Amino acid sequence: MEYLNIFVKGIFIENMIFAYFLGMCSYLAVSKTVKTANGLGLAVIFVLGITVPLNYLLENYVLKEGALAWLDPEFASVDLSFLGFIMFIAVIASMVQLVEMIVEKFAPALYGALGIFLPLIAVNCSILGGALFMQDRQYPSLGEATMFGLGSGVGWWLAIVAIAAIREKIRYSAVPAPLKGLGITFIITGLMGIAFMSFMGIEI
Amino acid sequence: MSTQTAEVVEKTREPLFSKKNRKLITDPLGDSNPITVQVLGICSALAITVQLQQAVIMSLSVLFVLMGGNVVVSLLRNMIPDRIRIIVQLVIVATLVIIVDQILKAFQPDISEKLSVFVGLIITNCILMGRIEAFALGNKPGPTVMDAIGNGLGYAWILLAVALVRELMGSGAISLPGMGQVKLLPTSWFISEGGVYENNNLMILPPMALVIVGMIIWIQRSRNKALIEEN
Repeated sequence: MEYLNIFVKGIFIENMIFAYFLGMCSYLAVSKTVKTANGLGLAVIFVLGITVPLNYLLENYVLKEGALAWLDPEFASVDLSFLGFIMFIAVIASMVQLVEMIVEKFAPALYGALGIFLPLIAVNCSILGGALFMQDRQYPSLGEATMFGLGSGVGWWLAIVAIAAIREKIRYSAVPAPLKGLGITFIITGLMGIAFMSFMGIEI
Repeated sequence: MSTQTAEVVEKTREPLFSKKNRKLITDPLGDSNPITVQVLGICSALAITVQLQQAVIMSLSVLFVLMGGNVVVSLLRNMIPDRIRIIVQLVIVATLVIIVDQILKAFQPDISEKLSVFVGLIITNCILMGRIEAFALGNKPGPTVMDAIGNGLGYAWILLAVALVRELMGSGAISLPGMGQVKLLPTSWFISEGGVYENNNLMILPPMALVIVGMIIWIQRSRNKALIEEN
């Protein structure tokens, strides 16, 4: 039950886009058509689902104060948490490289469509944000950290597919010229954020 | 607007700057603003604009990391192999962010607490990667510093403007680092004290940051028609 709760919370209540604005850059840039948005969203779910548990292990067995005690009781006082940022980003960058190679090999059409944005998943704030929130919230087990990663990924995917669908339709509407493109996307995202706030407080 | 004042300041302070270099600073303040036109660095820009003091600290941190990162990458630009350049850039930036994070934790613990994960997220702030990829990799350190200052300030003024509106309308006060919150509106105006004014709590909520940036984009693009997108 706790797993499901964390998963649903990640999708709706603590949505990466609407509550924390993480990953906004690719969210705005790749949301012109549903097809590419869907591809990027799935890539983000995949990368978050892998990197959050990996970083969880890194945090709990290497970086945290006393985490190295499993090597030798002498290391119990070692605190490497200041290295957190650089270790997390290294794990993320290498995982993204791997995903890029897999997509290039097995889905060349998707690879062509995502173009420059696949390597940029490495600098997608939602991936590093997932790792940092995981560190911040101190999840008690690997399973919960994984559910949090997957939930945040699904939330991000949901947000980008929704905005892409709206943007496909809004092309035929009479938006004031200066608001076209970026401006109206910002405002719609704000309105969607307000709508998502109605999920606040849900517990399963 | 702010474009003009920045130009004058630069002229008096460092008259040797060529016109081209000066443009590197002034352009990002207006027509190629990192947030409203280049769409870079929005991730961390919006979440920390609830209070002005967080926005000030965040802007300074980003400016520092941007200048440091861009100069280092610019100096190393002929040595970085093309295939692994993203990882090299991330390591350089992450090192600078660790420095900023440790300084904030030591000297501004309250604000560091409030910024929580967003200091760490400077690493993946798209302004850094965007400017390093687009500018620092192909230019000498001199112009790179100009570009970094310009983009840092362009980022900063949007952040400060959004934070000012949100904090003033949301809690009737503004806060600056070292001063705490200063109430600007007299308490007698509020309904609870018999007045007619009420704080707009919607402004404190995350979605309003998006709407305010949307408004800034609207104003900017109606003043400069060349920036209008097709759809």
